[in-house]
Amino acid sequence: MADYLAKHLPGWLPAWLADWLPDWTVEVAAYLIAAMVHCLLLLHVVAVGALVFIWLERKVAGRIQDRLGPTRVGGKFGWLHTLADGIKLITKEDLMPAGADALLFRLAPYISFCASFAAFLALPFSDGWVAVRLNTAVFFILAVMGLEVFGVILAGYASASKWSLFGAMREAAQVVSYEVPMGLCVVVPVLIAGTMDLVEIGRLQAGWLNNWLIFHDPFTFITFWVYFTCATASVNRAPFDLAEAESELVAGFHTEYSGLRWSFFFMAEYGSMFAVSGLAAILFFGGWNGPVPVASMLGLTHESGWLAGYLGNFLGMLNFVFKCCLWVTFMMWVRWTLPRLRIDQVMKVCLKYCTPIAAVTFLGAVAWTYLWPGGLLDLRSEPYGARYAEAQAPVDAAGRPQEPVASAGGERLAAGDLAGAESR
Amino acid sequence: MTVEPNWHTFFFLLFAGLACAFAVAVVITSNIVRMALYLIMSLGATSGLFFLAGADFVGAMQLLIYVGGTLVLLIFGVMLTAQGPFISMKTSGGDWIVAFLLSGCLLALLIPAAFSVPDWRGRGASRADASAADLVQHDTATRLGMGLLGARVDRLEERPEHLKGGMSGYLLPFEIVSVHLLVVLIGAAYLARTKRRASNARQLG
Repeated sequence: MADYLAKHLPGWLPAWLADWLPDWTVEVAAYLIAAMVHCLLLLHVVAVGALVFIWLERKVAGRIQDRLGPTRVGGKFGWLHTLADGIKLITKEDLMPAGADALLFRLAPYISFCASFAAFLALPFSDGWVAVRLNTAVFFILAVMGLEVFGVILAGYASASKWSLFGAMREAAQVVSYEVPMGLCVVVPVLIAGTMDLVEIGRLQAGWLNNWLIFHDPFTFITFWVYFTCATASVNRAPFDLAEAESELVAGFHTEYSGLRWSFFFMAEYGSMFAVSGLAAILFFGGWNGPVPVASMLGLTHESGWLAGYLGNFLGMLNFVFKCCLWVTFMMWVRWTLPRLRIDQVMKVCLKYCTPIAAVTFLGAVAWTYLWPGGLLDLRSEPYGARYAEAQAPVDAAGRPQEPVASAGGERLAAGDLAGAESR
Repeated sequence: MTVEPNWHTFFFLLFAGLACAFAVAVVITSNIVRMALYLIMSLGATSGLFFLAGADFVGAMQLLIYVGGTLVLLIFGVMLTAQGPFISMKTSGGDWIVAFLLSGCLLALLIPAAFSVPDWRGRGASRADASAADLVQHDTATRLGMGLLGARVDRLEERPEHLKGGMSGYLLPFEIVSVHLLVVLIGAAYLARTKRRASNARQLG
């Protein structure tokens, strides 16, 4: 987009202005405008998403507990309840404990929010609709989401309150442990696709729902549920919300926070919920490729013109957002159904169940991909890694592809080998 | 030297400046937790430099390992060993002298090394920018993975025919390192396990 703007921006300006401006200002301006468009769009996804999800959480909680939930603000369903809450939060007094470390106390919510927001930079919403297309998008998202805990720990430490510090330490122990099985689970789809590029992983699953990676083999099916458990723990949601356990720690790490600063933690939490659900949707549920390929059935592909391609992408985006919302709702359902675990139970679930299961499914998926690369239903297009290896393989004089390496034991490089190397 | 201002140069200067400024802040401040915070900021800015150079994989690696590692350091090294809240560290004069000597030696080593690369000197600046733009190819991680597996796909064109067979990449070092890491992990788990005496175990039932 920056390149497009740099090319066309001088044409849109008045002639005298375009002549007077040096070339580099146009380039810088084009770059800044493109960056701002992406950032603002994503910021709206996070902020508006948080508004909607908080309302939804109240409604879901209400229904599960046989109540109505919000009904008054903004019509029948209480649509505007979160907005009213936001206005209330802005007008609240901004408190800081006397003994707090002022700089860290102020900084902590923004660190959490920025880490959550940065994950969206690499998350594709539709085929190619991504702010920054990274070759290592999966890895990047996991890395920056791991930083969110840093804000929580700083908040707990800087508050100079025992409740907060206990919450922060619990969060630290929990997130550091759950990163291990989560990483193992994420590697499985990466291994099948042979790439960490989320756009490529999404494209691999184009077509009907039997192409979704969750139906690739029995191991990926189990892997998804382990991933979802670990993702729930890593975004600090019940039954893993020990960091803010209301019944024990008042409000955990955000006990001392009030007003808008407090709400940043919640925007970060709901943003992360959306991000891990998005990751789940792309890695296991086809991303923007629906259970039924509606867009290509209607002829809305890039082959039939840019408008059709755009509409097809738009349908894909709606599909993707719907899947994300579905998993966020599922997290809410779990939250209001299950009781909170104790810290030893949290550790037990991670170390005794999630990690071994993830390790076994990882090995199983490796074996399966080696034996039947096409998966259970064998209707898949060829993985990116295999295509890449083929494209790069040297061709001899007769046009036959040579074996690319001596060390691969005469086997053609399969996607699994590729991803296995990247994963470790 | 005149460098044509563009966004790449701007962000390079921004990230480099941030990395340096936070590194200085680590040295100056005496509050240990703030030190860790500045260290994380400095390392994060360094990962920004990697992303700017098109090295996505190294950048994400920097975030995950260094920034995440500092986080663990912060938690387990500082918070769990602290006696009171908001501990600060007093450095004596001797510490300063030793630190200056060591870091001065390192700086003296690094500066000539940096200036000995012809591409980074003077008139090479615009060329460096152009090559940085070339670097932003979106399959660096795939090439790295292939290289670690044994296929140097980026080098196939450069070598004469009879050498291609021996270009087995970095499979052996990669395997050695991964086995080494596994040994370290098992060793850590062994050292950290609960050491329960036989008599205690009997009492506990």
